[in-house]
Amino acid sequence: MASGHVPGVKHPYGPLTPGTSDAADTEVMTINIGPHHPATHGVLRLVVDLDGEVVRDLKPVIGYVHTGIEKSCEDKSYWKVIPFVERMDYVSYFFQMEAFCGAVERLIDLEIPPRAKYLRTIFLELNRIHSHLVWLGTTALDLGAISMLWYCFRERDKILDLFEMACGQRMHTRYFQVGGVIEDIPRGFEPKLREFLADMPIRVQQYQALLDRNEVFLSRTKDVGIVSRERLLELGVTGPLLRAAGEPWDLRKTFDYLAYPEMDFKIPVGTVGDGYDRYRVRVAEMVESVRIVEQALDGLPEGPFIADDRKYVLPPRSELSTSMESLIHHFKLVTEGYRVEAGEVYYAIESPRGELGCFVLADGSSKPARVHFRDPSFVNLQAFKDMSVGGYVADMIASLGMLDPILGGVDR
Amino acid sequence: MPDGPGLELIRGEIEQDHPGAVLDTSFDRDQPALVVDPAQILAVLAWLRDAPGQGYRFLSSLHAADYLPAEPRFAVHYELLNRDRVERLRVKALLANPTEGLPEIDSCVELFPTAEFQEREAYDFFGIVFRGHPDLTRILLPDDYAGWPQRRDFPIGGEPVAFTYNERNYG
Amino acid sequence: MRDRQLRARDMLRGDLEGEDLERYVEERVVMTNFDKMLGWARANSMFPLTFGLACCAIEAPISLVTARYDLARFGAEALRASPRQADMIILSGRVSIKMAPVVRRLYDQMLEPKWAISMGACSSSGGMFSNYAVVQGADKFMPIDLHIPGCPPRPEAVLYGFTKLQRKIMGNPDQGWRQRYNAAGTEEWARGGPRSEPNPEAAEAYEEARGLIRA
Repeated sequence: MASGHVPGVKHPYGPLTPGTSDAADTEVMTINIGPHHPATHGVLRLVVDLDGEVVRDLKPVIGYVHTGIEKSCEDKSYWKVIPFVERMDYVSYFFQMEAFCGAVERLIDLEIPPRAKYLRTIFLELNRIHSHLVWLGTTALDLGAISMLWYCFRERDKILDLFEMACGQRMHTRYFQVGGVIEDIPRGFEPKLREFLADMPIRVQQYQALLDRNEVFLSRTKDVGIVSRERLLELGVTGPLLRAAGEPWDLRKTFDYLAYPEMDFKIPVGTVGDGYDRYRVRVAEMVESVRIVEQALDGLPEGPFIADDRKYVLPPRSELSTSMESLIHHFKLVTEGYRVEAGEVYYAIESPRGELGCFVLADGSSKPARVHFRDPSFVNLQAFKDMSVGGYVADMIASLGMLDPILGGVDR
Repeated sequence: MPDGPGLELIRGEIEQDHPGAVLDTSFDRDQPALVVDPAQILAVLAWLRDAPGQGYRFLSSLHAADYLPAEPRFAVHYELLNRDRVERLRVKALLANPTEGLPEIDSCVELFPTAEFQEREAYDFFGIVFRGHPDLTRILLPDDYAGWPQRRDFPIGGEPVAFTYNERNYG
Repeated sequence: MRDRQLRARDMLRGDLEGEDLERYVEERVVMTNFDKMLGWARANSMFPLTFGLACCAIEAPISLVTARYDLARFGAEALRASPRQADMIILSGRVSIKMAPVVRRLYDQMLEPKWAISMGACSSSGGMFSNYAVVQGADKFMPIDLHIPGCPPRPEAVLYGFTKLQRKIMGNPDQGWRQRYNAAGTEEWARGGPRSEPNPEAAEAYEEARGLIRA
């Protein structure tokens, strides 16, 4: 095997053989952490150059769950696109729906009623808590804290019960429509949600009691995977990764969308940007999301839950038997769909992983001409190499967990 | 977002330094866009990033679109974000499909390192070559895939759905 | 009851003969043949492979092994990461064209007897993604024993499918139907099998892969 030496990369703990320098002959081994691996959070393939246990170079190979969603969307009318795009990042499905529906609402200049805004906010924040719970459970599992998986998924099942109550399905609910939400929340929803919200902060405290000062967890995440804030911004990284590095950038605060301007919440920001900061930022975000849902639920206005414009929104079923016009609207919307004038729009929201942007290009017909998602996991994955090179393999796995990639979003 | 007059100001300032770079501006649905000549795209992006009054240092998204049947057919979109003033700006570079070979444009990886994966994705799906990209290979599709799927004239693929009723009764 | 007591007394004394003895033994001793017992043991102690592709992976294996929909009740909570140690693969998620050879290779690496569950609409038939990038049903390249519909199927649905698979295994089906899928002779052996001679193409591919990093 040829000996390889990558100049400028230092061992974190000194040279391999004491008494020698880093320039000594080293044997570099290329291994493949293949698409099927228990720790890769999906089908991510890493081709890693290893020098003993130290990572010298890293190349992520993605595309193993590429589904051609963007191409499929060009073939479907606008409301049929919604179930497609929600399956991209399969843990935060409400966010994809919101990005797409928001973009189309900007294209057709449709204003959604305030009740719909609040309902959307409630579900988005519940989905954020859900996504962070899945992240916490699986990452703690990777790092060895196996019992966190059971606790986080117990809470997650409660959230999924809420989703099932309101939307009919646990995952991929197709709840948001262009113009609002598809159905109002049922009667038992609010007390059940309040019960969950009362319970959640206590649970988060229990998680923190397990992990916050746990020596093994600290040694695995402290000072691991540090990338400077400027480098993260250059790489386009957003979301909890950027906030853990000390940059208070959150699209919920900077761009006004939905009911966020009326909510009072803080953005947790870290200092160093290592794995431990990322963990703390996400756990704090869970607590803030609980506060947002409480405020939204308290301030939930009465009114329609979807816009009134029958050109774009299905009429209520009760009217179909009485009004001819509603019947015609319904027929036209379901068979062909509405037409959108030519134009293009880019609409970005803050998903649990960062900036989720949706670009919709309309060409005047009833099908979008191009739907592109700027997925945060795709862009954040570029920072992975910076995080792991120079550290150990085990730290690489810990950084991968803290990076929180969801391969459905990466591959689309 | 820079509003209509603000957009024209930007255009004027770019014209002073790089004449002929900005071909058009548009302000559609509250989203400003500059249409830029692809040969000068790096100069315009560098100006937008570094000029003292501007500060569009964050590239949110780089993606391509196919405007078939309009000509020029391909466009590469750069969604820029100015984080100090919280303003978005879209820069479009329109490329025609040459009769042979693939459409080419300069790569902006040096200006914005975030473009690395995203340019590979545009190459993968549309066949747009980014000159100067460190590793322009397919990223999401298998390495030996033939064709550029996201182009409008590429078929969507898949199979027609076979219904048991039809199979049973109509052969 | 009295009758049984009398017969028990006779048995102890060695007085039961012939037909009486046979009937006595049949009532007392569970007679089975070895296959049924083997099928029962196999079905109730499956070792699934931790293999999650996409959204269905969040419902199973992750959600199935958690406390609410406990897969441990069925004896299958020991998920193994290595295909050599697993005997069931649950294809949870859409199989893209880049992933299909990998899945097939994993299936080949599993040892007989092995079972494959195709969970969800995407791996059973391509699901809602009828396009260039998704294999329209994992049936196209590997034999599947059980399909579970849903998008994603509820964990209860997966458990129902799992119990159906268990009954199928206990019925000890003939595995010869897999010949149709060309599934015999493709097993990947570590050593001593049909593919154990040194493979120059693999060495070349390895060098090329290293070249990828160098470049």
